[in-house]
Amino acid sequence: MTSAIEIRGVSKRFRLYHEKYTSLKERVIHGGHVPYEEFWALKDIVADISSGKTIGILGRNGSGKSTLLKCLAGILQPTSGDVVVRGQLAAMLELGAGFQPELSGRDNVYLNASLLGFTKKDIDRRFDDIVAFAELEKFIDNQVKYYSSGMYVRLGFAVAVNVDPDILLVDEVLAVGDERFQRKCMDRVQQFQRDGRTIVVVSHSPDMMRQTCDEVMVIDRGELITFSPPGEAIRAFRDRLVDSGFAPDSEVGETVKDGVSSAVFTIKKRVVKIEDISFVYRDMEDRNYVITDEPLEVRVLLDVSETITGASFNLTLIAETGGILFTSDAGTSLSGINLESGKRVLSFFFDKIPLLDGRFGVNIDIRDTGGVVLDLSEQSAYFEVMNPSRATGVVAMPLSIKVSTPEESQWLKLAQ
Amino acid sequence: MLTNDLMSNSKVNELPSRVVSAKTTLPSRLMNIWQARELLLFLIRKELKVKYKGSVLGFLWSMLNPAIVLGVYYVVFKYFLKSSIPDFALFLFSGLIVWNFFGSALQGCASSVVGAAGIVKKVSFPREVLPLAQVGTALFFFFLQSLVLVLFLAGFQFAPAWSYLPLVLFGLIDLVILAAGVGIFLSALNVSLRDIEHLIQVLLQAWFWGVPIIYSYNTVYDLFLRHPSVKWMATLYLADPVTPIVLSFQRALYGHVTYVSANPVPKIVAGHLEYINHNVTNIVLATYPYHFLVELLVIVLVAAIAIFIGAVKYFGNVEGNFAEEL
Repeated sequence: MTSAIEIRGVSKRFRLYHEKYTSLKERVIHGGHVPYEEFWALKDIVADISSGKTIGILGRNGSGKSTLLKCLAGILQPTSGDVVVRGQLAAMLELGAGFQPELSGRDNVYLNASLLGFTKKDIDRRFDDIVAFAELEKFIDNQVKYYSSGMYVRLGFAVAVNVDPDILLVDEVLAVGDERFQRKCMDRVQQFQRDGRTIVVVSHSPDMMRQTCDEVMVIDRGELITFSPPGEAIRAFRDRLVDSGFAPDSEVGETVKDGVSSAVFTIKKRVVKIEDISFVYRDMEDRNYVITDEPLEVRVLLDVSETITGASFNLTLIAETGGILFTSDAGTSLSGINLESGKRVLSFFFDKIPLLDGRFGVNIDIRDTGGVVLDLSEQSAYFEVMNPSRATGVVAMPLSIKVSTPEESQWLKLAQ
Repeated sequence: MLTNDLMSNSKVNELPSRVVSAKTTLPSRLMNIWQARELLLFLIRKELKVKYKGSVLGFLWSMLNPAIVLGVYYVVFKYFLKSSIPDFALFLFSGLIVWNFFGSALQGCASSVVGAAGIVKKVSFPREVLPLAQVGTALFFFFLQSLVLVLFLAGFQFAPAWSYLPLVLFGLIDLVILAAGVGIFLSALNVSLRDIEHLIQVLLQAWFWGVPIIYSYNTVYDLFLRHPSVKWMATLYLADPVTPIVLSFQRALYGHVTYVSANPVPKIVAGHLEYINHNVTNIVLATYPYHFLVELLVIVLVAAIAIFIGAVKYFGNVEGNFAEEL
């Protein structure tokens, strides 16, 4: 497989001016000295984008993902390193960039496509397709200034996708027009993928990445964190968010007490203490996440000071959004356990974790035979699920499909 | 080395490759500009359409400005200041046409990149095309004005100096390259120093008066020569790259090198003061022979190409920052 885009050690330095003197007059007045700070928006990014792949660039705001896209598009030049692009590239950083309100739709199509680097011959051949795609047959000779904003972006999108680029760069602009047009755009993007063209999408939406991309680059603070299949990449992305104290962590933090509200319980006498909760992943692999539908073992370290007979346990799973996903039934399988004094390790086994990706909290509480709480985990322990599939949502629903005739499936009978 | 590597790769893949890098070589920059020639034409068309809505009246309207300038200078210098240059209107027109192109091209260029911030920040294309489109637009109006000049010549039944006409073409080539070079430089400079586009207006005014368009070249040249202390200024005067071009245009289109005027000379005749008319030959244009003008134009061409290359290099060095500076 040949590479469509080779990113060879790209770094980009921006200068942050405290006060920018943008005129000769100001420069002279300030003695030609302009104080600035240097800021590396990209640090030595190396990656090879194979042709025919759909690649996502994921990162939070200010991570450098858009800078990278602009470097790929050739809008910004890297401070060091370079990018080799093989094939005709069209960048959709802004739909209808460079549209001239005074010109007709027709003239703008030619101007815009030619800005994107396409020849007049190419545009001549595709012109009707472009107009049909944008659904602007009646208005193509009107001045663009009389277009509605919807018509404007439709034309912009139509130009970018219909001029037949080998490589398409997209910056979160797919959400244009009404729902029907959005569908059309997505269809066109899928068509692109089927045609074996290369697409690079920038987004901060993991779900969008999962649905459309083969591989995802995660960029954080100008560094390439990972370049891997969506599941892994999204997990790494989430890790980064947690490390840097961004959204999901704080959300979960607030919801710690939602799982088991400690106010409800009063511990009279501490006979047992939950000291730690940890997770054991399949085959004891050295990793810190579970893959969807894999088994998971939750281990709880207890310090038992008095022997307890007939204790019962509750395990609560907390979703990222804070709601309770699951609480075990304390009365049955997890009851009647005897604990001798000393350190004890308790193992809970999930046969499989039917969850899609995210970070989930686990809370444990221990009760005596009478249902009185002996101890509860003060803080949730977290495990992460990495979803290798393209399904999105929370639960990995087992789902299959079959084709049959109405007779075989007794359709008529069912219908009655 | 980089380009070689690329070439071999592209042969294998049969797809056009492009390198985005801070270090693009001059040949590759020029190549990129050449490849964007269609875009250049679209941009020029856009410029013309937006300004004049593509209508005939619109284009006529565009002639109003140069016509007024021509009219004002004509009246002021012919009647108020009594310029003795014969067929002054034609003299003026043949030089003004050069300056109108040069001045409007440079002014257009200066603000071209800043004015196109919207696309510079969002689309990748050889940005040199932006100032070049301004030069192209100015060139279009140059041709319109040339048409009017031809009508003028025909109307006055004034024959140009046919043998000197190739100089017009040569001069025009010089002029376009010079304007493109200076224009590309100014467009890039204006990104970091935004008052360049205002400064250039004033500088162009001064420059205009330094070029023999309204007055005769010889008047000034002789003035410099006559004063030994400022003799060097004569050389400097000719070193202005626009001057040889204007001289060539005037020599070819206007063509009166000299004119004979009757000068009243005071003389005492029989105790009375009388004025006797003497025929005096005045020099209007430089009396340079054809080959000397060609030599001057070759020097200007070399200088213009050097300026152009220097400007493209400078542009290439600062272009990487355009998207962030705008």
